[in-house]
Amino acid sequence: MNRKYQIALSAVVVALLTACAAPMPSSADLDKLTQDIIGRSFRAQGQAKLDRLSSDEDNLLCAEAERTGVPLDAKVTEAIEARNMKTIKAPADGKYLGDFKEGEKIAQSGAGKTWIDAEGSANGGNCYNCHQISKEELSYGTLGPSLYNYGKIRGALEPNSPVTKAITEYTWGKIQNARAYNACSNMPRFAHKGVLTEVQIKHVMALLLDPASPVNK
Amino acid sequence: MRIRAQAAGDKATIRVLMSHEMESGQRKDGTGKLIPAWHIQDVTATLNGKVVMTAEWGPAVSKNPFLQFTIKGAKAGDKVGITWKDNKGDTRSDEATVS
Amino acid sequence: MHVNAVETRMKKLFFALGLIGLCAAAFAQKSSTDSIAEYRAMLQDGNPAELFEAKGEDLWKQKRGPKNASLEKCDLGKGAGVVKGAWVELPRYFSDTGKVQDLESRLVTCMQELQGFNGDEIAKTPFGKGEQSNVTALATWISAESKGMKFNLPQGHVEERKMYEVGKRLFFMRGGSHDFACATCHGQDDKRIRLQDLPNLTKNPGAGNGFGAWPAYRVSNGQMWGAQLRLNDCYRQQRFPYPLFGSEATIALGVYMGVNGKGGEATAPAIKR
Repeated sequence: MNRKYQIALSAVVVALLTACAAPMPSSADLDKLTQDIIGRSFRAQGQAKLDRLSSDEDNLLCAEAERTGVPLDAKVTEAIEARNMKTIKAPADGKYLGDFKEGEKIAQSGAGKTWIDAEGSANGGNCYNCHQISKEELSYGTLGPSLYNYGKIRGALEPNSPVTKAITEYTWGKIQNARAYNACSNMPRFAHKGVLTEVQIKHVMALLLDPASPVNK
Repeated sequence: MRIRAQAAGDKATIRVLMSHEMESGQRKDGTGKLIPAWHIQDVTATLNGKVVMTAEWGPAVSKNPFLQFTIKGAKAGDKVGITWKDNKGDTRSDEATVS
Repeated sequence: MHVNAVETRMKKLFFALGLIGLCAAAFAQKSSTDSIAEYRAMLQDGNPAELFEAKGEDLWKQKRGPKNASLEKCDLGKGAGVVKGAWVELPRYFSDTGKVQDLESRLVTCMQELQGFNGDEIAKTPFGKGEQSNVTALATWISAESKGMKFNLPQGHVEERKMYEVGKRLFFMRGGSHDFACATCHGQDDKRIRLQDLPNLTKNPGAGNGFGAWPAYRVSNGQMWGAQLRLNDCYRQQRFPYPLFGSEATIALGVYMGVNGKGGEATAPAIKR
């Protein structure tokens, strides 16, 4: 074979070998590459703007822990929980429970916040996607624990008792911002991320804690 | 459509996949208007040219319908023909050989 | 020879078809998960994906586009025109484009280079419309040509290994209004969302089963979905912004899932509820 062809062939072989044998970038460099790729791979659509891609510190920490399998240091989880606890606000009028019938509707609805949903339209809580709640609804997910008999099991149905008060405040906080109690919880932060309004959360609270709610029968 | 015809013993199992929107006429579009009914009404199956089955379909049959039935006495080499006609008058025919 | 008593099972058929056409309301007595499993088993026979396979096969062989050429010289990774076995090795690195590509983006490359179509235009076309629906049909047929084979994505090239690592980071990345990551739903065994079982995509058997099922025909909306549309709708439900067709993010996720699914059996094109 002629000289030019030989050179070209060698160049290709070298290039191939180099590519195969090229060292992998460091983990930090791979993190950067991932961020760059994210920047090139999405577009805003409907109400889903690109700011939804910027991870807050809590999300970055939790994602890395889950990816590497290395759990977060206790101090770090406490810091995450403290940060999120600060976002929780007690209801302005001091009333925690709304209408459990409305709560059931909110728990059933998965509407809202996607790029096909109208901005400003009412969002659902998506609760049944992950949780069992009422006895009647058989179509429930198992990503979260069962909430059937939620108030009953916790002895939180007697109005004005200290147990009821404590559970009520915890549940309120949990729905507002689940990460206040579990740093890397998979549960959405409904108030903190503007998914459910205070009124809607009160309805869901009633579904779980109202003694008259079917969930507690 | 896709037709598969398989003989086993003294009968052949015929499987037909038809490509059709099958609008029931009860669905509404984004503006709230009823989408007009557009679905297969008649299905005919023949064996070597002779009609062996007819069917009348209505709005309950789903999109891209799948039909399966058996023909007694059909054997390898026989020709199975399937014809459908929809409520708009469109029609399609296809043929397969029993294997 | 004459056919007398034709056994048609028409009434049973019609009833069965009616059931398939309507909701599974008749299954009230059994447990819901059992009923859903039974419903899915009923769906397996006569997968309408076959209609798309037939269309895809025709499109591969048909002379089309400004260059009036077929796709029969398209290199899907195993050499020009080699279709069998190509799908279970995708996504992979392609030296002519210098990129790791999945099946759908590679098809667009071939449609551009061989047939003269505008690849960017196809990438911008919404799913189910125009040339995008042809890409889906082609992907359906090509995946069917690897049915039953085992996933064996190459990781020999550094770009392929990088994309695996990027895909892994994307898989665990939490974002959107709900702080969902892919891992939120697909990172554990034996979970379900409502009544839909969720494959664990971080390892086999979930990775092979989950990744290996798309393209799939979805009975609920009568649509054929390729892997790109499946990922697109995942991101939508995660409340993320819109992932671009054939974007590096979607391809990296394909590498991550496909490599995790190594040795798993390809079942595409599957049928889903």
